[in-house]
Amino acid sequence: MSKLYVARNPRVAARCLDGEMMLMSGHDSTLFTLNKTATILWQSADGMTPLDEIVARRICPEFEVEPEIALQDAEALARALAGHEIMQVSEQPIPLPAHTGVQR
Amino acid sequence: MSALTAEVERLSLVIKIGGVPVCINTSDPTFLCILQERYAGFIGTPEPDVMEFDVDLRPPDGANPDADVEVTHKLGCWSLRRGDFLAEWEPASRRGSIRQSRNPYSLDAVLRIVHTLVLARQGGLLLHAASAIRNGKAFLFAGVSGAGKTTISRLAPADATLLTDEISYVRHSHDRYVAFGTPFTGELAKLGENVSAPIAALYLLAQGPENRIDPLPPGEAFRSLLANVLFFAEDERLVQAIFHCAFDFVSRVPVSRLTFVPDSSVWELIG
Repeated sequence: MSKLYVARNPRVAARCLDGEMMLMSGHDSTLFTLNKTATILWQSADGMTPLDEIVARRICPEFEVEPEIALQDAEALARALAGHEIMQVSEQPIPLPAHTGVQR
Repeated sequence: MSALTAEVERLSLVIKIGGVPVCINTSDPTFLCILQERYAGFIGTPEPDVMEFDVDLRPPDGANPDADVEVTHKLGCWSLRRGDFLAEWEPASRRGSIRQSRNPYSLDAVLRIVHTLVLARQGGLLLHAASAIRNGKAFLFAGVSGAGKTTISRLAPADATLLTDEISYVRHSHDRYVAFGTPFTGELAKLGENVSAPIAALYLLAQGPENRIDPLPPGEAFRSLLANVLFFAEDERLVQAIFHCAFDFVSRVPVSRLTFVPDSSVWELIG
């Protein structure tokens, strides 16, 4: 089974406010508030770390969930975020511009 | 032939809102008089490097001010379009043109849009909010139509200076946010005073059985603020600028829900 890579869309404005991750699409000004799982996924989506590694290292320890189920959920979440054009999903690593970190 | 050529006299008026002068050029003396009356208190003097718009007046045939606004950017030029006007503005040359009827509210809409574009670059916002100065501090009262912006403006005591009952002008300045008076009016139909003061609080209005102030959690404050921002342009960089400005605003200015009964007692909580 091939690995999946996820990356933040650099055209999305993002801020973490009191533990809540807020994103705004520069394309259509839609505002998103991410839940805790989506926030971890977003913050870890560097384009180079495979999704299964993000799930194993960041999500499973946080939510005490079976790795297989967590990976399925994380992939569905990543694809849903990609559907809103705020994240990219690929079977290849996704190089990100240097300035795409989250401002705090 | 030259003796028969009529030279069209160009008449100009500088409208200065939020400290930003915009020069309006027209050849129509009647329109100039309408503008002088409409923007009384916000008339400035000519300045170098001022933004200039030439107004081309047309009959109001089919003009529809209720149509959607469309603001687009192409090759360094903004295009502003609604059912009752078509404007173009080139920031680099600071020049633009407006095609509209004599209706001053068409120009009003163009000015609002231009100011949102200017403010976005400078760390500022136009907000759906009434605002007033009391004891040297500005207070903003945000909400959709019917939330109570006009009501709370009408109830303001004599020692409060009304900046606007509809559209608040907010600018970042020296690590704080400042509210300016605007001529943009709501139901009160009364121009704001052309003065400014540092913003002490933003209140989200709600009418209820008692007067009370409830601070909002940061996330809710941020979402509420963004919901009340006026911005029309489809431009990624400016949308991101607005987003980060709103974030900075809620980190510096307390945001609360103001529940109030519609009488003057609410102002005992303000200031």
